[in-house]
Amino acid sequence: MVSEQVWRVLRSVMDPEIPVLSVVDLGVVRYVRADGAGLHVGITPTYSGCPATEVIQRSIREALAREELEDVTVETVLSPPWTSEWLSEEGRRKLEAFGIAAPTARSAANVACPRCGSHEVQRVSEFGSTPCKAHYRCDDCIEPFDVFKCI
Amino acid sequence: MTSSATFHYLLRLADTSLVLGQRLGEWVGHAPALEEDLALANIALDLLGQARLLLSYAGEIEGHGRDEDALAFLRDAAEFCNVSLAEQPNGDFGRTIVRQFLLDAWQLELYEALSGSTDARLAGIAAKAVKETRYHLRFSAGWLVRLGDGTAESHARVAAALDELWRFTDELLTPDAVDQEMAAAGVAPSLAGLRLRWEERVGAVLEEATLKRPAAASYLWHGKRGVHTEHLGHMLAEMQHLPRTFPGVTW
Repeated sequence: MVSEQVWRVLRSVMDPEIPVLSVVDLGVVRYVRADGAGLHVGITPTYSGCPATEVIQRSIREALAREELEDVTVETVLSPPWTSEWLSEEGRRKLEAFGIAAPTARSAANVACPRCGSHEVQRVSEFGSTPCKAHYRCDDCIEPFDVFKCI
Repeated sequence: MTSSATFHYLLRLADTSLVLGQRLGEWVGHAPALEEDLALANIALDLLGQARLLLSYAGEIEGHGRDEDALAFLRDAAEFCNVSLAEQPNGDFGRTIVRQFLLDAWQLELYEALSGSTDARLAGIAAKAVKETRYHLRFSAGWLVRLGDGTAESHARVAAALDELWRFTDELLTPDAVDQEMAAAGVAPSLAGLRLRWEERVGAVLEEATLKRPAAASYLWHGKRGVHTEHLGHMLAEMQHLPRTFPGVTW
């Protein structure tokens, strides 16, 4: 099946800001559909202004072209809006291993330091180095870390 | 419902986000602390993203081939339809927070209502913006309380900013013909209902911040109809400088 081949390619396309997550892990691929006009891949942005969105769309087109899947239209899907709940289980594990705490219910009590596992953490700011991350500090190992925002 | 009214309504939403985002961008590298610098830049980025989605849609509705860039960079001040509050200068951090809070509270009510718009594309853009605006409002309301209920100096500064900026809020909540046409078509909410929810939300935070709600004041500006304060033209001169000096430039 061509669509299975497309999904396989998509699992190799990484988020430019968090290069351990594929676009499938991130939950931004909404569908892969075949019709008379060819293949359609629906991509939803994480945040309205996330600059990674355009890079992701271009990377997908390039990756599909390398597999000679030329007849593909990458479409932007806005609705329903992306939610951090669409992050895959594998994606959550990869995030933690990369040093970014996975999204959790908003209370800081549920956030664990990805470095030492301590729950003695403080939120420094709800805004971080990219739109999808908040900035925390661990009071046990005294290291700063990012938390993938719950949205 | 006319497509001209829809076009102008979309421009009001888009330009308010664009102009406010550009103002916040002026803080980058200058905010009082690194965390606040990052926060203001993140909020600006969300606003810019919302503006891009709305401007692209407005350009399609207009049907004259203008894309988001043409609408953002090649219109003069009198063609901008942002509410006048958004274009007011940053002033100090407290004044920026007051402006942000008043507009965040308004955008949150507006986008929540627009998520149920009969216009499916606008509803989609709004549903996305709601999630982002909740973060913005927690930031600005949190800072307003810290500053208002802070030191005598911080209180005096935000109280003065509130007194000065309050006169621009009536424009957010007073419908004109375009607002009424959109509301009648189910595209946009009635501003009368929105006014009540906005006043309640804003009033609760002002009380916590120990700030007095200023008296209603008449206003002379109708930014959403293109009648702006003198500040917008100066801001656009900087924002539009590069694409106007080098038409079609890419980098």
